Parts: sequence; C-alpha cells; structure tokens
Amino acid sequence: MATATATPAGTRSKKPAGTYSNKRQVRRNTLIGWSFLLPNFLGFALLTLVPVVATFGIAFTEWDSYSTPEFLGLDNFERLLTDNNFRTALLNTLYYAAGHIPITLAVSLGLALLLNRKLRGVNFFRTAAFFPYITSIVAVAVVWNMLFNPSQGPVNQLLTGLGIDNPPGWTSSPQWAMPAVIITSVWRDMGYYMILFLAGLQTVPPELYEAAKMDGANAWQRFRNVTLPSLRPTTFFVLMMLTIGSFKVFDLIVVMTDGGPGRSTLVLSQLIYREGIVNGRFGYSSAISLVLFVLVLGVSILQYRRNQKLEA
Amino acid sequence: MMATLTGAPPGTAPAQLQKAGPPRGPSRRAGGLGRIVGYLLLVVVALAVMIPFAWMISSSLKNNNQVFTVPIKWIPEELKLSNYTEIWSRIPLLTYLRNSAFLAVTITFLQVLTGSFAAYGFTKVRFPGRDALFLAYIATIAVPWQAYMIPQYIMMRKAGLTNTHLALILLQAFSAFGVFLMRQYYQSVPDEIVEAARIDGLSEWAIYRRIMLPLSVPAIASLSLLTFVNTWNDYMGPFIYLTDNKLWTVQLGLRSFVGQY
Repeated sequence: MATATATPAGTRSKKPAGTYSNKRQVRRNTLIGWSFLLPNFLGFALLTLVPVVATFGIAFTEWDSYSTPEFLGLDNFERLLTDNNFRTALLNTLYYAAGHIPITLAVSLGLALLLNRKLRGVNFFRTAAFFPYITSIVAVAVVWNMLFNPSQGPVNQLLTGLGIDNPPGWTSSPQWAMPAVIITSVWRDMGYYMILFLAGLQTVPPELYEAAKMDGANAWQRFRNVTLPSLRPTTFFVLMMLTIGSFKVFDLIVVMTDGGPGRSTLVLSQLIYREGIVNGRFGYSSAISLVLFVLVLGVSILQYRRNQKLEA
Repeated sequence: MMATLTGAPPGTAPAQLQKAGPPRGPSRRAGGLGRIVGYLLLVVVALAVMIPFAWMISSSLKNNNQVFTVPIKWIPEELKLSNYTEIWSRIPLLTYLRNSAFLAVTITFLQVLTGSFAAYGFTKVRFPGRDALFLAYIATIAVPWQAYMIPQYIMMRKAGLTNTHLALILLQAFSAFGVFLMRQYYQSVPDEIVEAARIDGLSEWAIYRRIMLPLSVPAIASLSLLTFVNTWNDYMGPFIYLTDNKLWTVQLGLRSFVGQY
C-alpha cells in the first residue's frame, strides 16, 4: 500500500490513509471498516463460509434427506473405495482435466502470441475468439452435439472428406464422448484465457527482446527465455483457474451428454449432485465433495510450490 | 497470489503501458513469411470459431429434415422463418426471458453494490484482523462451488427457499470474487486522495459515495458485465434450485425444449 512520502513534515497527512494512532481511533476504524464489510460479509459468511465448513462435518455423518444426521466416522469414505460410480467419476474427472488443462493452455497462449502482433484486423480476431465464452452453455452444447452427429454431422463429414473411413461416433460412443466434450470445452474457453494471456504479454518489457536479439537469439530462444519467464505470473494464474474449472466441470457435461453414454462422461460434481440433491444422501455426497475439495486443493498447492521454486 | 493477477481488468494496468517507447511485442517487425503464416493461422482459428455459429444460424432457417444433408448446404433452399415464430408458442419463452433478466439485473446490482462497499473497507480503512479476513475471502474463491453446494442446498431448504428466485439471488449476490476484483482496482487509487478528503471533513461513507464510486466506474463496468453474463448464462444454479416451470430461466427453458423436439 502506498504511503504518503511527499507531504511536508509536521502536517497530519504524513500518515498513510487509515493509520490508527490510539485505542479510540482503532475502535472507530474497526466500526467504520465493519460497516463497509457487513452487507457483503453477512451474505458471504452465511452462504459460503458456513457451507464450506459444514461440508467437513456432514461428510462424516449418515444424513438421509429427512432423518437427523448420525455420526459415522469414516464409513462414508470406506464406501467410496468400493463404489464403482465414484471410481468412474474420479477417473473421468482426471481424464477431463488431463485433456482440458494442457490443450486450453497451449491454444490460448498460442492465440495470444498470434494476436499480440501488429496484424490487420487484430481486433476483429480478438473479439471473435472471445465469442464462444459469452455464448450460453446450452446453445454451445446443442450446436456441438449436432456438429458431432456420427452419421451426418459436419465434423464427421469433414473427416470422411479427409479420407478417414471410419470416423469416431463422438457423443454416442463411450470412447469418444469425453474427447468430444473436451474439444467443445477448449473451443469455449480459449478466448477467455487468451484475454488473460494478452494482458500478461503487455507487461513484458520490450527491452528484453531487443537485448535478446542483439545477443543473436532466434525466435524460439526468445520465446523460451524471454516470453515464458516474463509470463510466469500470468501462466500460474491461468493454470490455477483452469485447474479449478476443470475439476468442477458440470454444466457442459450435463447438457451435452448427461454423463453418458453409460457412465463414460460421469464426473465428480455430477455425482455429488445425483447423490446429494437427487437421492438426498447428504452425508455420502458431502464425502464426495470433500474428495473433490482435497483434490483441487492438492493440485493447487503443487502448482503453487512449483511456481515458487521457478520464481526463486 | 495477488500479484499474479495480471489478467484482472482495469486498475491492474501496468505502469509500463503509459511509457512511450518502441512498439511492443516480439514480432512487431515480423518478416513477410511470418506474416503470411500468421494470417493463415488466424484464418483457421477464426473459421473454427465462426463455423459453429454460422451452422447454427443456417440450421435455424431450415426444416428439420434439411439440417443434416451431405454435403452441407450453407444457404437453405427455402428460408424457413417459422422456427423463430413457433418457439414462442411452443414454450413460454417470454416468461423465461423475464426471469433471466430479473435474476441477472438484481444479482449484478447487489453484487456490485455490496462488493464495492466491502472493497472500500478492505482497502482504505485499517482495522485489526482485516487482512486475515480478506484471506478467508480469497481462499473461498479457490474452493469449487460443487464442494459446498450440498450444505448450501440444505440450508436453503430449511429456510423454505428452494424453488424461489430469492434463493438464487442470495446465492450469487455476495461473491468473494466481486470484492476481490473491486479491491484490485481500489488499490490503484492513491491513498492521498482519500486522506485529503478526510482532512476536508468528509465521512468515510461520503468518501466512498463521492470519490471512490465515481472513480471506479471502469471497474464497476467490468464487474457488472462479468456478473451479468455469468448469471444470464448460469445453468447449474437454476437447474438445482428451480423446479417450477414458471420460474425457469432461458437456459433451462432451452434445454427442456431441446429435449422435447
């Protein structure tokens, strides 16, 4: 926080804004501060903080819709180990994340690099790339489902045209449903992350490129040794957002495949929804929530550590 | 973690931007070949983005049996505008639109109001425990909603609020993200301005109302836009909470329409 340094000594304004000097002022400031926080804090505490904490409690209980919760200890988690639905959902979520995170990262970074140049019509392309992100998920899902239609959809027509005899069945085949969802989600998200990368690229000092050029670095070396390190804060942020987003994927899957065919695209948040809200098994679904929570937390911490190490 | 937010809208714009100097970026003076390859790539990407939209519009003007033809006919043989008129009589589209608009406007308004208010408290007023509290806000941004939606749902049901618009408004009006975004911006407003106003005898609320609010119009605009688009396009919230057809949003209505026809 900036402090006032330029003011002449002896005036009251030499202190940074809101600094407190005595107890009365502390009390006054606390009251004022809380008066600003309160409208938001009440809602936030009641509807976010309390539920987050409650998840930890409910996960260790048996609580079926209308009965009273009963403490179970680790039973819910033991049940998870033998639950096929859970195992499938966990693996599918990891599969989705493993596809969605790196591809979106690469595509959006590539787009940002491309659009950071002085080309004619750059603004048009930037806007176009952002378009899918603001389109309703239902429309996206419906259109891509039709594009992916196995027999007559344009995607397979294109593939057949390119000489592929046996194009995939996409959303109607258990093997290809997840790739289809991943393609759609990359298509949808790339524009958003491209904007973040573009903002990051603006902060790279051009002098670094000049210097690298003088030293005879070629385009790849400049990218590797100037762009990537300078972009690290942005990349880290994008990676975090992508990770959180991938592990909680829900709406695209519900609208596109509803977990099918079979259970081939069933993901964790969908299972939480089914167990908790549809079947009313609050305890069990909270246990799944907790697994999702720990998973996201774990991956985030790993990424944070790696970022710290690279920064050092 | 905060310093990494180069992506956050206004306020965070780096000082270097204002610096006059040589054009930025690695390949501003890219050679002829690089230029051509660049354009080619752009055209490919633009096509990949636009074709699904074009296909959607083209299909919307066709009969059902003409949607899938080999090869694709981009211009329908006969323009069929009745798809657009029919949908109004098949589903209560106007009700859905009204519900969506009501929710999006209310939620956006509340989020900007409470978020910017709290952000002022977090940036310009100092009191013990402030930064720890802010950390709690940040931490919950990283927790996926799906991980705590069950307790939330139970609370809402206990309060008798499931299947009401109020539930969705309460759920989304107090976002930690909004506070975070506004705080990022407020940090770029010099403390000296606030301090000068204090010396002139303005109360903190008046400073917020008369100085910070007018100064933060760009941040308010971007938060409003983000919130509006997000709530308008939100599928999961209404999907879980709204069972009554009359309360549905456009997203739910479209989904059910797709299922039926």
